[in-house]
Amino acid sequence: MTIALPGQKAGRQTFKVDLSVPLLLTFAVLLCVLIILPISWLAIYSVTSVDPATKARFFTLAHFRTLLSDPDLVQPLITTMIVAVSSSVACCLVAAPMGWLVARTDLPMTRTIRALVTASFVTPPFLGAIAWEILAAPNSGLLNKFYRFVTGAEMDAYLFNIYSMPGLIFVIACYTFPYVFVLVANALDRIPGDLEDASSILGGGAWTTARRVTIPLVLPALLAGALVAFLQAMILFGSPAILALPAGFHTMTTKIWSLFQYPPKPELAAAAALPLLFLTVILLRGQQMILGRKGYSIVGGKSGQPRLIRLGWFAVPAMTFVVIVLMLPVFLPYFALVNAAFSPIATTLLTPATFTMKNFHFTFFELSTTHLALKNTFILGAAAATIGTVLALVISYATARKAITGYRVLGFLATAPLAIPGIVLGVGLFLAYTRPPFVLYGTLWVLLLAYITIELPAAYQQLQSAFRAVHPELEDASRILGATRLRSLVDVTAPLLRTSVLATWCFIFVSTIRELSAAIMLFTSETKVVSVLIFDLKESGDLGAIAILGLSMLVLTFVVIIFVNRIPGFGSSGLRNT
Amino acid sequence: MTKKLARRDILKGTAAVAAAGLGGAVFAAPARAQAPAASAITPELIAAAKKEGKVVFYTAMDLTLAQRLGREFEQRFPGISARVERSGAERVFTRIAQEYASNIYAVDLANTSDLAHVSHWKRDGLITPYLPEEVAQHYPKQYYDPNGFFIVTRVLVSPIGYNTNMVKPEEAPKSFADLLDPKWAGKMVKAHPAYSGTIMNSTFQTARDLGWEYFEKLAKQRVMQVQSATDTPKKIALGERAIMVDGAGYLIIQYKERGDPVDIVYPEEGTPLATSPSVLFKGAPNPNAGRLFQNWMHSREAQQVIVNFARQYSPHSQTVEKPGVRRLADIKLMKEDAEAIEKNAEDIKKRYSALFKV
Repeated sequence: MTIALPGQKAGRQTFKVDLSVPLLLTFAVLLCVLIILPISWLAIYSVTSVDPATKARFFTLAHFRTLLSDPDLVQPLITTMIVAVSSSVACCLVAAPMGWLVARTDLPMTRTIRALVTASFVTPPFLGAIAWEILAAPNSGLLNKFYRFVTGAEMDAYLFNIYSMPGLIFVIACYTFPYVFVLVANALDRIPGDLEDASSILGGGAWTTARRVTIPLVLPALLAGALVAFLQAMILFGSPAILALPAGFHTMTTKIWSLFQYPPKPELAAAAALPLLFLTVILLRGQQMILGRKGYSIVGGKSGQPRLIRLGWFAVPAMTFVVIVLMLPVFLPYFALVNAAFSPIATTLLTPATFTMKNFHFTFFELSTTHLALKNTFILGAAAATIGTVLALVISYATARKAITGYRVLGFLATAPLAIPGIVLGVGLFLAYTRPPFVLYGTLWVLLLAYITIELPAAYQQLQSAFRAVHPELEDASRILGATRLRSLVDVTAPLLRTSVLATWCFIFVSTIRELSAAIMLFTSETKVVSVLIFDLKESGDLGAIAILGLSMLVLTFVVIIFVNRIPGFGSSGLRNT
Repeated sequence: MTKKLARRDILKGTAAVAAAGLGGAVFAAPARAQAPAASAITPELIAAAKKEGKVVFYTAMDLTLAQRLGREFEQRFPGISARVERSGAERVFTRIAQEYASNIYAVDLANTSDLAHVSHWKRDGLITPYLPEEVAQHYPKQYYDPNGFFIVTRVLVSPIGYNTNMVKPEEAPKSFADLLDPKWAGKMVKAHPAYSGTIMNSTFQTARDLGWEYFEKLAKQRVMQVQSATDTPKKIALGERAIMVDGAGYLIIQYKERGDPVDIVYPEEGTPLATSPSVLFKGAPNPNAGRLFQNWMHSREAQQVIVNFARQYSPHSQTVEKPGVRRLADIKLMKEDAEAIEKNAEDIKKRYSALFKV
């Protein structure tokens, strides 16, 4: 390859500039602005105070002292840990057996089950929390009403109380178990059947094989899943704001958010945000170390198809278990939302006689923020998806092809936002972009920055693995024929990656429209998005309008997902990759 | 602590206004004189407002009322769209402070349910005087600023409410003291003073009259904590809790009239009171549309909507009462004290969250 026409190549280069190096450098700078600027302001605020006389900032550790000594701040930290650990354990208890059933047994309808897990994955957690209020508020909840109706119990008797610590843990687990499920199911998909066969041939019974072979092989994925679930539970804002506050307790995220109420205490908020950041970094490091050992599981290669275990009569209880698990995040909440949307009273069962379009009419034709919020959400979703995909594409190209020196740094920067919880990023961006030189607060730009930063790691990881699948020789051919690096990227590589690129675009779009925790810190009246509008409506208890807006969001999401699944060669594996 | 923060905030606010620059100064100029001449809705004002094409109204009033007013305004003055931004009064206040600190001038006029906000805004130089003719003619003196910095749009009370399916009328609590009875433990819902201006008022007035010990005892009753004063009536109408400790009395009346099983109790100790003023902002992007809206909202026509549709008390002396609401004069009211709230807001929020944990 290297002998090809040196003369011609040199000649071309005199009038054709290779833009790739400056372009990649620009991206590197951009990433710094996205990540380093907000985090730096966060760090500075957490250790400084403003002198009221001189208005100058001075160094102090007072905020951290307050953080560690004020029970108003210590208690939420403890609560957050309890909630995160419990919901992580709950996720594993449910997701591990379910992942095994779907991946390794002859359970029917596994494609449908996987699709429904995807549905619970894309359901905004705050929407799920509101739906569960309608279902399981102790007195007005549909399930509790049903319970009293069936058992004839007293007026105050209830089966579930969603406004409680267990209630919060339950709802969080409902929408984080897909993370564990996907990791476990994918790991089980990959375990070669040969290893289990070998164990059986050597006389190991089903139980011995499971204990000595299957479980050790899948354990890293399960542990990684547990960590991700812990992380998700820890950084979630919507569900605790909806369920914990009425029950009379704060988590770390709701506390940080409340520190911005008048008079705002950004310094204390910054100090409170840093522990979340550190914990996330440590946990992700832990996850990498655990998953790093996964090489062990691929030792056998991909030779054997996974051996499906025949369930026999056990299929019935297994299927019952799966249906019950899927009812909790999907069927029941969606039913509650539809009921609330078209019933005059959210918590009264809808009948054909009571069916009303009143909420629909109010939301779309009277509520003056609806159109603005929908427009903003759509613009931001499309823009974040487009820019994020391009960014991820270029960076993954640079790292996959080692195109520039320092590509490792670029790769690191692209995955770094994974360690920044949404609310922490929100605080950081608020501090960074409410001041010169970049006064972006109050514009859609600051939200766009937030969304791109949050979605970049997942997009990058998806596209990087896609790049690895395209052999570089195709690009080399194009370059030998005189194309610049950029041109060969556009004309050769991009078309080959079309499916993955489209999938990444949709992934960012769907994730953006359901984002709340960064948006809640960054919105202004003119830059409101649907998730924030729903949260606003929640605070004044307007359930009908929430249900209509929530259902619209879900419809939009599913339209996008179905569209992705229609793309040939993409199939159902689409949104499994986070 | 409160003092120091307040001073810093003034500085911030003044800087923001200075930065607003010419835009602010120009249309504030004619209003420099002590008592501005009362203004009617003139064709010139309507024409200027139409040119701007929209008005942005931040408000703490219940969403359905806010949207109803917006819609009626749009119908009355075609060509001007009204965008309503609803949240709790304390949130509205925070939002405006945050936006102004970043030189974002989005709000034309605001309606809050915490009178203390007006003195903050006035002292920081954020608001501009404007006195509609009808207000000067038909509003009792206590309901507007003689200089026109604020006009009370509606008068609110925060009574006790209960669900009549869950509590028999004869067993319903009669006073705040009754709510401390252990039989109500776990059955009450309450709104938050860091969100709602009405609740900021009711918290301050109750604590002043009954002492903070009252809230200490109440906090032990496992009270469900929601944010908005407009949410507590919804929660008892749904039957989620039997009793609301505080909240928008007018919604209880609305819900009762549409057939929901709710009723109101004016507590023996007195019913907390909140006057809800509206102000115009100097930095308004649509100053004329803002004035038109302010003028129209305090006209008899709009005020009658507040009486008939929203079931609130109107300060307009010419509005016609609609039966079904107890007259304000017949209710034993607690005394409003905006000045004290302004001084103590920070302390109230802190003590409250120490007791109720959120």
